[in-house]
Amino acid sequence: MIRLAIKMIMGDRLKYLGLLIGLAFAATLITQQASIFMGYTQRTWAFIKDTPHADIWVMDEQMRFTEDSKPLQDVVLYRTRSVPGVDWAMPMYRAQLPVRLADGTLEMTNIIGVDDSTLLGGPINMLAGSLEDLRQADSVIVEKRAAEGDLMITNPDGTKRPLRVGDAISINDNAARVVGICETREPFYWQPSLYTTYSRALQFAPQQRKLMSFVLVGAKPGEDINALATRISDFTGHKARTADDFSALTMWYTLINTGILVNFGITVALGFVIGLLVCGQTFFNYVVDNAKYFGALKALGLTNRRLLAMIFAQVIVVGTMGYGLGAGCAALTGMFLKPVGVGFYMPWQLLVGSGVGMLFICLASAAISAINILRLEPATVFKS
Amino acid sequence: MSTATFATPAASLAPSADVVVRCKAVTKTYGKGDSAVRALRGVDLTVNKGEMLMLVGPSGCGKTTLISVVAGVLDRDGGECSVLGKDYAQMNQAQKAAFRAVNIGFVFQAFNLIPTLTIAENVAVPLLINGVSRSQALARAKEVLTLVGLGDRTKDEPRKLSGGQQQRVAISRAIVHKPKLLVCDEPTSALDHATGQKVIELLRGVAAGEDLTLLVVTHDSRIFEFADRIAEMDDGHIVRTIEGQGLRRASHIAENPLGK
Repeated sequence: MIRLAIKMIMGDRLKYLGLLIGLAFAATLITQQASIFMGYTQRTWAFIKDTPHADIWVMDEQMRFTEDSKPLQDVVLYRTRSVPGVDWAMPMYRAQLPVRLADGTLEMTNIIGVDDSTLLGGPINMLAGSLEDLRQADSVIVEKRAAEGDLMITNPDGTKRPLRVGDAISINDNAARVVGICETREPFYWQPSLYTTYSRALQFAPQQRKLMSFVLVGAKPGEDINALATRISDFTGHKARTADDFSALTMWYTLINTGILVNFGITVALGFVIGLLVCGQTFFNYVVDNAKYFGALKALGLTNRRLLAMIFAQVIVVGTMGYGLGAGCAALTGMFLKPVGVGFYMPWQLLVGSGVGMLFICLASAAISAINILRLEPATVFKS
Repeated sequence: MSTATFATPAASLAPSADVVVRCKAVTKTYGKGDSAVRALRGVDLTVNKGEMLMLVGPSGCGKTTLISVVAGVLDRDGGECSVLGKDYAQMNQAQKAAFRAVNIGFVFQAFNLIPTLTIAENVAVPLLINGVSRSQALARAKEVLTLVGLGDRTKDEPRKLSGGQQQRVAISRAIVHKPKLLVCDEPTSALDHATGQKVIELLRGVAAGEDLTLLVVTHDSRIFEFADRIAEMDDGHIVRTIEGQGLRRASHIAENPLGK
């Protein structure tokens, strides 16, 4: 009977297509918007993930997210190194400084200064040059999006070209030379970025009492990094967070303070509501329009339980088709959105979650219609 | 009840191999209070095994309610009613459904064939309800459709068939699972005279072949001659029953329902 039930719903072309399109639209909206949200959420911790060697980040107690610049005293580095369980601790500088190009273009740029001796914290994906080239005098490595974007050089004839290895620039009126191009994860708060050594970054920076942005910490093998972070916090009096915790901190600050959580949440909820309304209404109409056939089936001896099984099978089969179509459309939009810079990330967990949401829509729609089926008196077939 | 009847006396409800339906003083009321409608006011009826009993009467006299009660799709309020020796009042809804699925076939006025299924699939439905496998059900459905002359149209949908052909499909569906009682609600009302005649002849033919008992509700006086007995209803009662030679004069019932 289930097979016949599927044929019944698919044979009613108008209702079937209405259900399919409505559910596909809902699935597209939910999955796509959730994927964009996930994509942007991922960007909040991009800088942390691009610094994979650091188990723990030590920062100012009041620091709220990665872009929140609150420098530390140098002594924090030394105190961190003395905490049991710390394998190594390196300074990192991160702040915005003006960069002037050869053509006179001035751009505020993120300058990231990494440990001179180990270069830990430097970019891990080099496209031109190598990380070791940072040991050269006045050297900087420019991030690809910056080199091909805000830091493009205008030629005398008016055309633009990307910044490339060998180009000379000026950072806060200090001469620098591009020795490499790197690729990094796209961050949430994007600005042109370039890497140099820590000591060179301090030379570029305006002089002030505190300049160090972070202390990057590597734990000894086998060390419990959460416990170590607590010890560092207690000993230094500063905030120490594991990479995961710092990522979460940054993510939640961004989600709550920028409003994207509410914005995307409303859109996803809207998709859910639309799906429920369209599916619920269309399926309800389908059941009402076919009431005499369901009544006939009841008269012929089909029990309520089996009739309900038919109803639920119908809506779940169409729901599965709609979900597949919708998720596919969402993935397709991602293929077009990502190259133009829109955040888009669709992990399998998101697909499962949106699938569960669609399942709920289907079950709720079937339940609403099921009331009609349960109340249907088989004797009504004799009144037609 | 009219004295000029050949009515079968109301018998006890003790099971009998020759009696398929036995109703005594059956009542059914719709609604409550001032708006209550007493559709059945104490109906006595027996339907014997293998006969075609036609139930006739003016609109609103209770024919549909009575066959609904007999078929087990409507609960009576009072009286006694047994079908094949079983009393519906002793069954829950699931048991009634199971009883209908095995023992009763239905032919509806509006055919009620599911439009998105082929006619073979429509005919197979009672078998599928009874748990027969799809392949066996379709095979049996095709056999029955061949019997009624539609063996070459099994893959067609009902909309491609004429009214008479659709009613033949409905009859096939009603008998495919070899029920013991066939309940027919106005089986010829949607058909022209010639087609209606053919349909009723077919019904009698298959009923005889399958050893079925037929309970037919009809307004169509043209088919009265096919009945073994005619029970005339009015205002919720069986007012008279006509059988034997009376059937040849039965055509006047449509014009003079109370025999006055």
